[in-house]
Amino acid sequence: MIIQALVFYLFAAVAIASAVMVISSKNPVHSVLFLILCFFNAAGLFVLMGAEFLAMILVVVYVGAVAVLFLFVVMMLDINIERARQGFKQYLLIGGSIGLVLFLELVLILSSSFTAPDVVATAAVPIPDMDSVHNTRALGQVLYTKYAYLFQACGLILLVAMVGAIVLTLRQRDGVRKQVISDQINRSREESVEIKKVSSGSGI
Amino acid sequence: MVEFWEGYALPTIMIVAQIMVIVGPLLIAVAYLTLAERKVIGAMQLRKGPNVVGPFGALQPFADAVKLMMKETILPSGSNKIIFIMAPMLTFILSLVAWAVIPFGEGLVVSDINVGILYLFAISSLGVYGVIMAGWASNSKYPFIGALRSAAQMVSYEVSMGLVIITVLLCVGSLNLSDIVMAQKGDYGLLNWYAFPLLPMFVIFFISILAETNRSPFDLPEGESEIVAGFMVEYSSMSFALFFLGEYANMILMSAMAAILFLGGWLPPLDIAPLNWIPGPVWFSLKIAMVLFCFLWVRATFPRFRYDQLMRLGWKVFLPFSLLWVFLTAGVLISFDLLPVAQ
Repeated sequence: MIIQALVFYLFAAVAIASAVMVISSKNPVHSVLFLILCFFNAAGLFVLMGAEFLAMILVVVYVGAVAVLFLFVVMMLDINIERARQGFKQYLLIGGSIGLVLFLELVLILSSSFTAPDVVATAAVPIPDMDSVHNTRALGQVLYTKYAYLFQACGLILLVAMVGAIVLTLRQRDGVRKQVISDQINRSREESVEIKKVSSGSGI
Repeated sequence: MVEFWEGYALPTIMIVAQIMVIVGPLLIAVAYLTLAERKVIGAMQLRKGPNVVGPFGALQPFADAVKLMMKETILPSGSNKIIFIMAPMLTFILSLVAWAVIPFGEGLVVSDINVGILYLFAISSLGVYGVIMAGWASNSKYPFIGALRSAAQMVSYEVSMGLVIITVLLCVGSLNLSDIVMAQKGDYGLLNWYAFPLLPMFVIFFISILAETNRSPFDLPEGESEIVAGFMVEYSSMSFALFFLGEYANMILMSAMAAILFLGGWLPPLDIAPLNWIPGPVWFSLKIAMVLFCFLWVRATFPRFRYDQLMRLGWKVFLPFSLLWVFLTAGVLISFDLLPVAQ
């Protein structure tokens, strides 16, 4: 048991430390790398709680795909850190107050004394015993039955976001010569090569 | 004291021993894979390949290793030193940690976790970090271009790889790697392996793992004729060797994944007398070797893809097709009532 507690504190401490480094490190690429470290430790915490499916999905989705794109973008930016720091005191008040409001809201939600008892009852889905059902199966049973419509709605929202991103970035340009693969494949020898007999000393 | 010994010390020693048993042969396999690559490609191009060091060139990998270790490790003065050094280590570590969940035989696995296939998928999707970090930390043009290419390429092919894995999981009904192998056991021997009922998915998976390991014909991140050696330009000596080892260990890992998902893991091709006397790990290694041979065969055969063709293949061909096949498989499983029963 003591080992589990030690491992928990290790993951938690590294997660918090790397989260602090994300916002305090000078180099944005270092920030993203610390963010990845933070995700990893969060995944470790999930595993300790017996939620191995969530842990793996966190690594696959956030570390394997989202953070790669973050890094991709941040690497190509030419950020002048001194310029970015200039308005620090101006924005401190606004930023700090937003952070405080978010923090208070989290405290309000997470401390169950502020939630109505009937809300607690609807939120808590009976969790099957971990020995009888894997948490992958348990999650699927809840997600695809009870919350099927909400799950579909999430998918539609993501689809809209994807279409929006494509519409915003797609530029139609004239005079672009595009490769048409089917045309290339459908070319026959007759229409592309012509064999001619050339007698020496005369051109075609 | 006894409690400490039995509760903590002994399991730790056991796990370290298991890791040694896996990593030792793995590194030797990596060494001989480099030799096999040169020999196989040599044979395909009607050359002899390395044949000077040792009998039939058998000691060539060790000669190469010694040569690499003797060289000077160069840290470019403009580089970001910490990340520059971390990148090859990360690549190498990631190629080793994934072996923790690979089952070599029935019950022969270090960690038999419920979400084994997701773990493998997660680790293989992290491989891109080694390349990106190397490319960025080198602070040089060609490595950076290589890193950008690699990031886009690996993210693209992961999508279709994920869909292929989903297709297999639909047929298995479990994320555990041992369960995936056991689901391919049946009366028809090798016809039960998913490579046959899901043949198009196997082809897509094989092409995707070529792209995922940055192997030819998708070796654009290190394309030597256009960007010198891509992200590895600034690396020398051991840091280069770690990239090299990581790449080959990844090839073996991906082949093992293909063997587990599609070629029935440690199962013999036919469950009859002389074949099922051979222990499971031997069959498993033979299957891995077969997939690896295909890796080398492809390298000797095809020219490198152009970058836009690579993206087109990933997004416009593989993604819709594998999505279609997921729907088809799910439809067939439901309409013929073939869905795996919940344990």
